[in-house]
Amino acid sequence: MPKLPTFDDVKGNVQDNVIWKSIFRPGSIYRKGYRDTSRDRALASMNNVLYHLHPVKVKRHGLKLTYTYCLGGLSFFMFILLTVTGIFLMFFYTPAAGAGTEIAYLNMRELSASVTFGQLVRNLHRWGAHAMVFTVFLHMARVFYHGAYKPPREFNWVVGVILLLLTLFLSFTGYLLPWDQLALWAVTVGTNMAGFTPVFGDQVQFVLLGGVEIGPETLLRWYVLHVLFIPFITVIFLAVHFWRIRKDGGISGPL
Amino acid sequence: MSEEITPDQEVYDRLIAEGKSERIARAKAKAAAVRASKIADGATLGPRSPEEAQKALESARAASGGGGVATKTAAPAEGADAGGGGRLTPEERAARVAASLGNGGKQPASMGVPTSSTHTHRLLALVPPAGIQQVQSKQMDKVYTWPHLLLVEFVALLAAGSLLLIASFFLDAPLGSLANPQEVPAINKAPWYFMGLQELLAYLHPMVAGVTLPGVFVVMLMAAPYVDKNPSAKPENRKLANMAFTFFLAFWGMLVVIGSFLRGAGYAWAWPWVQGLGFTL
Ligand code: HEM
Repeated sequence: MPKLPTFDDVKGNVQDNVIWKSIFRPGSIYRKGYRDTSRDRALASMNNVLYHLHPVKVKRHGLKLTYTYCLGGLSFFMFILLTVTGIFLMFFYTPAAGAGTEIAYLNMRELSASVTFGQLVRNLHRWGAHAMVFTVFLHMARVFYHGAYKPPREFNWVVGVILLLLTLFLSFTGYLLPWDQLALWAVTVGTNMAGFTPVFGDQVQFVLLGGVEIGPETLLRWYVLHVLFIPFITVIFLAVHFWRIRKDGGISGPL
Repeated sequence: MSEEITPDQEVYDRLIAEGKSERIARAKAKAAAVRASKIADGATLGPRSPEEAQKALESARAASGGGGVATKTAAPAEGADAGGGGRLTPEERAARVAASLGNGGKQPASMGVPTSSTHTHRLLALVPPAGIQQVQSKQMDKVYTWPHLLLVEFVALLAAGSLLLIASFFLDAPLGSLANPQEVPAINKAPWYFMGLQELLAYLHPMVAGVTLPGVFVVMLMAAPYVDKNPSAKPENRKLANMAFTFFLAFWGMLVVIGSFLRGAGYAWAWPWVQGLGFTL
């Protein structure tokens, strides 16, 4: 009987070929010959498209849980998770309402009744959205109490406030989509307030609702805002936010 | 995944004896071990002398027939000595930079390139580092992102992810009856993060509660870094700022709690243990 290859043999053969080496750049921990040295540790973050959001080295105090409480990172994680679960939900949802065509609401019922993992993914999306509002809010508080908005980080704080508003709008536009009583009337309360904008109140409300009152046009409008427009703007501001953290000299502190 | 490296014990002990910190001694001992193993593998290591680099460059250039290296063709001040293989000396390069900057041959102090450097390609050398990003004069206590930061992030992500998954497994998102514009529900509330505004609406004119005040608060938030001129980030030096912000948060928190839990049908005051909890997430 031929000798079976050991795990190390297989690993060596998999790693030691042209294709593998073309995928994993020098410094990758998956590449043959990675060693736990300063050089390879530096390359590991420099040569990876995701990790190089980070600098090669970070301030030691920033690693302590009690400095950032990971809140900015968790906000970003929630955003990613909401994108993934949201794409799943989009497969099963049509933003249509109106007498005789209550498709959106029926889709929500079917999602929990007959789509595999439908209810679970919807729950993740719903609780994730609440969690994101909460983490973004706490992140802001921690930045304030650390005085982390002080020069040169003033503008990144402003970008942050815009991100907070975008997060709220993302959450609020999503709230309407199930098209149940809860959604309709929560949104009515909100958009009525916008109608009291000085001078342009009626116009603002008309643009928000796509009409004079909440109806099928509002649902379509808020759906497009929710799944495309606001996420698009948010991604742009997130890019600026992360880029400014680097350019402002990394995380602030130590206190 | 990684090859284990046994630090060079001799180097380690020597550095410890010299009073270096444990961390530095360990890193240097590791580096020494790697260097030794590379030399054993027959690799040539380390910064070669400038002469050696120059020789290698010349032989490479002879082999390839020239080109590919910054040459002197564009130097207006030194048309006379166009020969010599085209490699600039640091002095020549500094003179050219100075000429193009038009400051009469004086090199700006922050050029960032030591005059002993023999590199030819340093585009960024023209930009003082402070122009691109924050630079500190003092070396800070830093650690490698991989593995230290990425490990922490990964754990945080797993923890948050599993928490959310467990919650989603046991708690279902609410879904009421079909939307009906004709039928106003008895309890009619915005999502919790807008509850503060709705609660204000109970006291103030909608234009103030729904538009003016939120607008003012957003502007105040954005202006905070420009208004707060105190350079210190230490809590003991910024009692006023911290107090103001805490009041601000407490004010909102209170409104949200009242609106969410203490309001019932018709938005009238209601004790949750009497009328039940009029709150949906
Ligand atoms: C979608 C929302 C947001 C995301 C994903 C996000 C993400 C991050 C991340 C990952 C960091 C790195 C440090 C940390 O984790 O604390 C950070 C830093 C920072 N964020 Fe945010 N952020 C968001 C919203 C905000 C908000 C609402 C504010 C303030 C109003 C803000 C202001 C800042 C500032 C000033 C820093 C630099 C802090 C420092 O250097 O210590 N961000 N953000």
